[in-house]
Amino acid sequence: MSLTLVQQKKRKITYSYLGLVPFLVFFLFPLYWMLITAFKPDSEITSLKGIPFIIHSVPTLDHFKFILFKTRFIQWFWNSFQIAIVVTIITMIVSILGAYAISRLRFLGSRYFGVGIFCTYLVPPALLFIPFYKVVGILGLINTKWCLLFLYPTLTVPFCTWILIGYFTAIPRALDEAAFVDGATYIQMLTRVFLPVAAPGLIASTLFAFTVSWAQFLYPLAYIYRDEEKVLTNGIYTTLIRGDVYHWGELMGGALLASVPVVVLFAFLMDYYIAGLTRGTIK
Amino acid sequence: MSKVSLENVCKNFGNVEAVSCFYLDVEDKEFLVLLGPSGCGKSTTLRMIAGLEELTEGNIYIGDKLVNDMPPRDRDIAMVFQDYALYPHMTVYHNMAFGLKLRKFPRTEIEQRVKEAADILGIQDLLERKPRELSGGQRQRVAVGRAIVRKPAVFLFDEPLSNLDAKLRGQMRAELSKLHDQLKTTIIYVTHDQVEAMTMGTKIVIMNEGIIHQVGSPMEIYDYPVNKFVGGFIGSPGMNFLSAKIVSEKSRLYVDTGGFQLLIPSKKNSFLESKTDQEVILGIRPEHIQDAVFTDETSITDSFKAVVEVVETLGAEVQLNVVSGEHDLIARVDPRTKAARHQEIELAVNMEKIHIFETEPPNERVKTEE
Repeated sequence: MSLTLVQQKKRKITYSYLGLVPFLVFFLFPLYWMLITAFKPDSEITSLKGIPFIIHSVPTLDHFKFILFKTRFIQWFWNSFQIAIVVTIITMIVSILGAYAISRLRFLGSRYFGVGIFCTYLVPPALLFIPFYKVVGILGLINTKWCLLFLYPTLTVPFCTWILIGYFTAIPRALDEAAFVDGATYIQMLTRVFLPVAAPGLIASTLFAFTVSWAQFLYPLAYIYRDEEKVLTNGIYTTLIRGDVYHWGELMGGALLASVPVVVLFAFLMDYYIAGLTRGTIK
Repeated sequence: MSKVSLENVCKNFGNVEAVSCFYLDVEDKEFLVLLGPSGCGKSTTLRMIAGLEELTEGNIYIGDKLVNDMPPRDRDIAMVFQDYALYPHMTVYHNMAFGLKLRKFPRTEIEQRVKEAADILGIQDLLERKPRELSGGQRQRVAVGRAIVRKPAVFLFDEPLSNLDAKLRGQMRAELSKLHDQLKTTIIYVTHDQVEAMTMGTKIVIMNEGIIHQVGSPMEIYDYPVNKFVGGFIGSPGMNFLSAKIVSEKSRLYVDTGGFQLLIPSKKNSFLESKTDQEVILGIRPEHIQDAVFTDETSITDSFKAVVEVVETLGAEVQLNVVSGEHDLIARVDPRTKAARHQEIELAVNMEKIHIFETEPPNERVKTEE
């Protein structure tokens, strides 16, 4: 039996969504697990009886009370927030100027510079944190959260610059030139014409920079041991895992609260993020 | 005063010579067209005047000011780009007002100037729209509007009509000519379309491979092309070129194409005698080959026979592709012609209008009249 074009198209869409279901389960299950564990009483978390995928007893807020009032969670949250914001600002300033120069100006090696920058992103933090320890030590920033301001940009700047190069290259050069002829200086051209046009790309790289700074684990763990200087990731980890005792309820509650800012950011800017990423990757 | 002078200006990209050194004066209120095939250096020349490209050598003056090291914003120019380059995030109004805002014009004056320009271009109703909501022709108008609100000393146009369809292009040509009359400003216009150059320009500069071949009024260039390149580039369809020889018989001069001979009018003899028995290139424009039955009585003609290959009826005229011996020619003849495919036809050449070019590059035209 032959189908009409519309039916064929509908069927195609249905199948492609069905294909996404395994991925959806795979990615959402840990989040779901985090959510229910955070609200389960300790007795239920450690119990082997019943189905673990649902909450049997009355949901509790005890874990949240514990992390909010018995730990320095709020301090860590604030530290994380400060670091993420400042790193994002530093990253955006450096990446925008770098990406503009590489995509627009002709200078010796400008064509290979972009690839070079991206290569630095490929060096993993696990390889760098030992030499960085020395650098941070020389700067006298061991055990302070401010050392992160020097470390995180090594992760964020290369990637953001790379995204922006792709994005900027797609903007016709005539647009800059029109602004120059209209009477703009470099700065006016950037702020009033170029960057507004590049907004989706800027949003994508801002989100990336914020998320990376927010979620980075290894560097704070390696360099910061003073409780009041810790950020969320190492704070939660070092306080709620004592030897081989895992405070699962509190861990999951902390993780849940920690993910809120990122979820909120993405909820508002998701569409731009995708537009920016795909645009940046296809040169 | 908005004269533009280019003195010994050249441009190299690395080792590649994009524009060879040249001198050019653009008079005040002139509509100068830089014409040539793509890659001939015309856009580079325009961009040097705009300040978007640095000079390798030479000086550029706008008015009396030397502008070599001046950024575009200080040159008192406005430019219309091929792809319009409208600011996509701004409304039409703000696109047009942007240059004035940067120059800190008072609000009321900005409003008034934008409104004026919008009236001239007929885009009053589009002021609140964004560029993506406009058609190609409307975008074109906005791009022109953005230039005219500034009231600059010189307008620069970089192939502004090449993205429009044929009908709209014709319309915009007429409008740009009208605009030039209204604004009374110097315009420098780059195009590869010889029709645009002929219809709008008051002076045409023909370039090829970075070299200026000829500077002159449209009719000068049409009637007296300095070489084969210019002759072939101006006119549509292009000039017919036939390899030929000047021969002398009984003290009369003929141009012999191998297949047929045409008698050269005696008044040209004194110029061509020295070429007797030499190889030349004969250039005849299609409009100067007529069906012998319907020739213009007032001109001196000679005729030859050819076989018709294609008949293209255009209404006002008929275009014939014909073959004579080894030569393929195109003729634009009277619509009353009885020409039919594969039939022989007698064609008359207006011998006062023929061109003789040297066979050696740069194929200069041999002078045949005072």
